[in-house]
Amino acid sequence: MSDRGYKYHPYIPNSIPEVQKKMLKEIGLKDLKDLHEGIPEDLKLKKKMNLPNPLKSEYELKRHIEEVLAKNISCKDCLNFIGAGCWQHYIPAVCDEINTRAEFLTAYGGEPYEDHGRFQALFEYQSLVGELVDMEVVNVPTYDGAQASATSVRMASRITGKKEVVIPSTMDPDRFLIMKNYCRPDITLIHANYDLKSGQMDLDDLKTKVSDKTAAIYFENPSFLGFIEENGDKISKAAHKVGAISIVYVDPISLGILQSPVKYGADIICGDLQPLGMHMSYGGGQSGFIATHDKLKFVQEFPSRLFGLAPTSTEGEYGFGDIYYDRTSFGVREGGKEYVGTHTALWGITAGVYLSLMGPKGMFEVGKTIMQKSQYSAYKLSSIKGVKASKFNSCFFKEFIVDFNKTGKTVGKINKTLLSKGIFGGKDLFNEFPELGQSALYCVTEVHTKSDINKLVEAIEEAIRE
Amino acid sequence: MVLIMKRIKRDHKLRRFHQAKWDEPIIFEMSNKGERGILVPKAEDEIVNQVGDGISKIPKRMRRKKSLNLPEISQARILRHYLRLSQETLGADLNIEIGQGTCTMKYSPKINEELAKLPQITEIHPFQDESTVQGILEIFYKTDCFMREISGLDRFSFQPGGGSQAILAMASIIKEYHKANREDDKRDEIITTIFSHPSDAAAPAVIGYKIITIYPDKDGYPDIEALKSAVSERTAGLIVANPEDTGVYNHRIKEFTDIVHAIGGLCCYDQANANGLLGVTRAKDAGFDMCFFNLHKTFSAPHGCGGPASGALGVTKNLEKYLPVPIVNFDGEKYFLNYNLPHSIGKVRSFYGVTPLVLKAYAWIMSLGEEGLYEVAKVAVLNNNYLFKKILRIPGASAPFIEGKQRVEQVRYSWEKLTKDTGITTEDIQNRMFDYGLHYWTSHHPFIVPEPFTLEPTESCSKDELDEYISTLESIAKEAYEKPKILKTAPHNSVVHKIDYSELDDPEKWAITWKSYLRKTKDR
Repeated sequence: MSDRGYKYHPYIPNSIPEVQKKMLKEIGLKDLKDLHEGIPEDLKLKKKMNLPNPLKSEYELKRHIEEVLAKNISCKDCLNFIGAGCWQHYIPAVCDEINTRAEFLTAYGGEPYEDHGRFQALFEYQSLVGELVDMEVVNVPTYDGAQASATSVRMASRITGKKEVVIPSTMDPDRFLIMKNYCRPDITLIHANYDLKSGQMDLDDLKTKVSDKTAAIYFENPSFLGFIEENGDKISKAAHKVGAISIVYVDPISLGILQSPVKYGADIICGDLQPLGMHMSYGGGQSGFIATHDKLKFVQEFPSRLFGLAPTSTEGEYGFGDIYYDRTSFGVREGGKEYVGTHTALWGITAGVYLSLMGPKGMFEVGKTIMQKSQYSAYKLSSIKGVKASKFNSCFFKEFIVDFNKTGKTVGKINKTLLSKGIFGGKDLFNEFPELGQSALYCVTEVHTKSDINKLVEAIEEAIRE
Repeated sequence: MVLIMKRIKRDHKLRRFHQAKWDEPIIFEMSNKGERGILVPKAEDEIVNQVGDGISKIPKRMRRKKSLNLPEISQARILRHYLRLSQETLGADLNIEIGQGTCTMKYSPKINEELAKLPQITEIHPFQDESTVQGILEIFYKTDCFMREISGLDRFSFQPGGGSQAILAMASIIKEYHKANREDDKRDEIITTIFSHPSDAAAPAVIGYKIITIYPDKDGYPDIEALKSAVSERTAGLIVANPEDTGVYNHRIKEFTDIVHAIGGLCCYDQANANGLLGVTRAKDAGFDMCFFNLHKTFSAPHGCGGPASGALGVTKNLEKYLPVPIVNFDGEKYFLNYNLPHSIGKVRSFYGVTPLVLKAYAWIMSLGEEGLYEVAKVAVLNNNYLFKKILRIPGASAPFIEGKQRVEQVRYSWEKLTKDTGITTEDIQNRMFDYGLHYWTSHHPFIVPEPFTLEPTESCSKDELDEYISTLESIAKEAYEKPKILKTAPHNSVVHKIDYSELDDPEKWAITWKSYLRKTKDR
């Protein structure tokens, strides 16, 4: 027998030489080397891969990884005021309890019989998000909010047969890059300007950008820069006037207090589920949803799986299945709508658990608390000489721009001082929005207390004085 | 009557199984007005005194007028509901999950899950200062280095949120590469094979590529003559798996990549499932310019009901500049995010990828090392060929192509004969497998192999477990010949009974949300 390999490994039951011998005999071979006969000799790796020696026990593995990760400083160790697409909210314990259940954690491609629970949990997630946005169709979630927005744009283009999409200049810059890559080569993204005082989309400029070539107007509410886009109805009207689709990207945690975009004319609503029960995990908790009305022309353009109810041979049983499967690439390869694969189903289930826990009152209260605490923060920060918060005069939700231009200090410098005091200051906007000068995007949620906010204010005062 | 506890002989081959059946309502049906699932932090008095209710500031037309129609349920009831649903789900931790071929349903070590739950992972924000995330950047960087060794390629990005997104990223790099060579306009075709994953065709098509699909020759190898006639100055690239879904390794793969390179195309390797090849053969040696590994397949991260996932994307040195930004670099002292890739395709996913999965892959590799990865590949292939041999002995079962030769990590089988003999289809057999607590998948569409099923045992199951799966299939095949009715009405011991899918394609009847169901069944 070959002397290579790692015998008696706990993850590999058949790494026992005696068992291997028995199995090899069964298939008429003598040695593990005799396997892989189909691979030409000249393609076989003749040397060993240069990998570290394995850690010899689970305990050593644990120690090693804990030591490496100890070099991280988390938002538990520091006070965090960064948002910008990944937000620190409270994660109810039940969310983690459910998404770490072995059955959900390790299920995959099961059918609606053996995986009835998975189908039901995802159907319920679709239904709960459907209530949040007041739509009858919601997808099994895609990779992240950015993918959801990019797919929404492609759906709109297919529905209208048009190739131009108007987007706000205040759009999340990373989301823009993702959308741009996804829309190549045929869809053109056109920026509509914004009002420098309010952040609001410039409706006059919008009018010049919209034409009979427009497939959709896409906008964000709340916007990436935190303000509430107040003219949703006018923007949707501008889209509908030319036969285009109105796409609105929302922060789902705002919808207990903010109107669903349906009420101001949205045809497609998309967003990121991360605020609904997912840890930040260095950006690993993102998950995208797309919602539309229950109209064939929309449903047939979804690339994602859509789970629906179906009858069974026993009366009184809910069955489930895939709605209109033949629109997907699983059904018809490149003939399908975009593509589907393994996305973020577990986060969909978690968002469902979150919305069930919160209920109508919880969603209202969390929205209210965020409004109060973020407004209070802006108010307190504005009391610092030279600091203006928010820079825009519009109402905002959760995030707002803190303008440091008159302090004579850069955001980089201020954030460095804040870090030394155990505070992660807001995201520096200079690279992506140079017109805002030395401004930072701050995020305040239900997790921040009055004393956290006061600590931030004091630290910024000191940073400016330094 | 008193029962006597006797010594039980556990010598039956088939599991006497019944899945949990909780008869759970849909969550909306559980609502009781006033019940709360969780309480939410409120603003302190001083804050309220200063800013009021916070909501009046919202312009009226943007304010929600009606309370949300979410269910109102107390916490323990919600927990019970979802725990029951979890029990009605047959995860890979519970069954001998060899029935989901192409997906590498291996054991996901619990220690890796525990480590991924540390606050130094879960509570870090992607825009924190680099000095505060040196630990996780080190994990990214070192996992990149491991992947380089495993593939022979030069640089990895962990940004794609799954294999299909990695394929999109590869297609985007192909596009950017030809654009840089001023050939993008004429090179508008991507070549793939029918036994490669559907996304190898579908994802490049999203960004405008015309797809040419190569079919197998009589032995099941992708037809090299078909490739020769498919390539032209319009060829942008090749995106294929090897082995394909059939488990047949295309031994002429180097010729394939040579042919495509000769006309100026790039070659991409779908290694979503590389489990049978670790330490045995590498992407680079077969002439590929790019590849991707699914960390939720080969590298043990769990599948999570269908994600979160991660497609680790590798490229050769000359394509590094096209990778999505940022990549993680090391300057000898500290790790940092490098955005300075002027030819970058931009981004395919937010931030840097699904971080916890990168950690899990790192932990898995560290628990096995070089010898361990080699053992994984050898045992995965041993298990598969053992299974292969025994399944071919079941009357009615077959596996087209390269008769008498080994397969790599999986096999696409066929019940063609059994169906002809009995009328029992692969779906009927699937439904019956659920009665024994075993997952069984048919195959990707289209069904080129008639009445297909695809099995991939990985390294994670024991010989006894393989034998249990085989015995169950054997017994069901026998039923097909002797008492087919029991298959036609299956499953009998699963959560629900035979589902009628016929309304799922009918826009008047389908119900994708509870709201829609209530509206559409009002008069039914």
